Amino acid sequence: MSWRIVVDRDLCQSHGVCETEAPDLFEVPKRAQVVVLDESPPDAQRAQAEAAVRYCPTHALSIFDAPLIQED
Amino acid sequence: MSERNDPPKVSGDDGGVGGHLDELRHDPIGLMWRTRHECGDVGEFRLAQNDVVLLSGAEANEVFFRATDDELDQGAAYPFMTPVFGEGIIFDASPEKRREMLHNQSLRDKFMRGHAAVITGELDRMVAEWGAAGQIDLLDWTAELFIYTSSSCLIGARFREELNVRYAELFHDLEQGTDAIAFVDPYADIESFRRRDAARIELVDLITAIMERREAAGPPAAEDRDLVDVLMSLRDDDGSWAVSPDQVTGMFISMMFAGHHTTSSTASWAIIELLRHPEVLARVTEELDELAARSGGEITYHDLRGVPWLEATIKETLRLHPPLILLLRKAMVDVEVGGHLIRAGKLVGASPAVSNRLPEAFDHADEFRPDRYIDPNAADADNPWNWIPFGAGRHRCVGAAFAMMQLKAVFAKLLADWSFEMTQPADSYRNDHSKMVVQLQQPCEVRYRRRSAAAVGATGPPI
Repeated sequence: MSWRIVVDRDLCQSHGVCETEAPDLFEVPKRAQVVVLDESPPDAQRAQAEAAVRYCPTHALSIFDAPLIQED
Repeated sequence: MSERNDPPKVSGDDGGVGGHLDELRHDPIGLMWRTRHECGDVGEFRLAQNDVVLLSGAEANEVFFRATDDELDQGAAYPFMTPVFGEGIIFDASPEKRREMLHNQSLRDKFMRGHAAVITGELDRMVAEWGAAGQIDLLDWTAELFIYTSSSCLIGARFREELNVRYAELFHDLEQGTDAIAFVDPYADIESFRRRDAARIELVDLITAIMERREAAGPPAAEDRDLVDVLMSLRDDDGSWAVSPDQVTGMFISMMFAGHHTTSSTASWAIIELLRHPEVLARVTEELDELAARSGGEITYHDLRGVPWLEATIKETLRLHPPLILLLRKAMVDVEVGGHLIRAGKLVGASPAVSNRLPEAFDHADEFRPDRYIDPNAADADNPWNWIPFGAGRHRCVGAAFAMMQLKAVFAKLLADWSFEMTQPADSYRNDHSKMVVQLQQPCEVRYRRRSAAAVGATGPPI
């Protein structure tokens, strides 16, 4: 099962908590919203990604467990 | 679109100049609940020449909070704030610009660690004069504490050292100068507006004096520089200050205002709710004693994540007593919500006071139940458009993470070292809703007592 990180662009305010929690997955530039460095990361990054989702102050991040090809 | 798509109007318009203005100035929460009960998710009341479309319910709130400034504009919606901040070049900046400015300075996550230490230090200074027992007025005491913390964290330590209790009093006058009469005339000749304008003038005088003293003394060492020094270093061609004392004052008021009365209110209500619910207070105290034992007394920003009952207490306090009860925008274009047409030019509102207590979103909505946030419960995250003490979406309070950290840092120390008791009947603590900035009605006093080593138990040294 693969998983991916999704950002709600209406909610992200660039606090940078995700970058602190998971520096390999997120980068928050000074004047822009978060950049997801790896949208379908390896499972080894899962715990860090979950911490980023959990501590995001605006709840802008979520993780979707989904097969790469969507079934009908 | 036909007229029947216009939002239904709530009863009680007085037919005069004000419409529902007088009711908003006396019982705003009653007015907003009646709007929901009579009209549903989309209903309308009138503040003088402004029709205000009040939205509630998750679906309508989501439209409100996801809207762009081109649709629902925040800048034009708060006429009562202009005389507080003052009119000047600084405030031509868009909300985005100002948020970005704040962000880059001090609200980003990487600054929080340092802020937590500063806040604890300020609390130590406030309680240093307490003695073993005594009495405080919650509004006065928290208002002073959070003037020092916000000035130190947002503007700098050097500026904070220039402040005293007088600044808290002046801020109080600014906060009280938010009578909804501003919807008719922000400069009406009423007592609270006169005090507001006098307070702003005195603040400009105080800040002018600070700038002149610094000018005479010459620039400080680079590591001591605060935002005042940075602004003073900007010069016009003739060498005069590019940012005038009046503009500096307006900028500082706008930076500190949003985080001041809100945090003060929340801290006060958290103490009141904990005293009303001793079983919750016991859990929080136990949690903090364990934390103190684990951390050896030195509590860090990282530790403040591991206090779920304290965090839940603050969240539940915010849900029941949101410091802002009505969030406003101005419709810049026609907007459709829930089958109703909101015509361009109308004001549009969402109410934390109503949404936070919707029975369809929260069980026992009027009761203080912090366990609704204790894992696996997550009443806040489960209700992103109804749990809105910080607003939501694009304009969500950028200081929310700072506020939560600040309140946790204060309580982690305060409740570990001190016990409190009410000095007046539990139901006599209530908010004063006569101004748009809601504050506790005075008197709102509590007694404090230093916790004995025995009571602290886990934190005391082994004997």
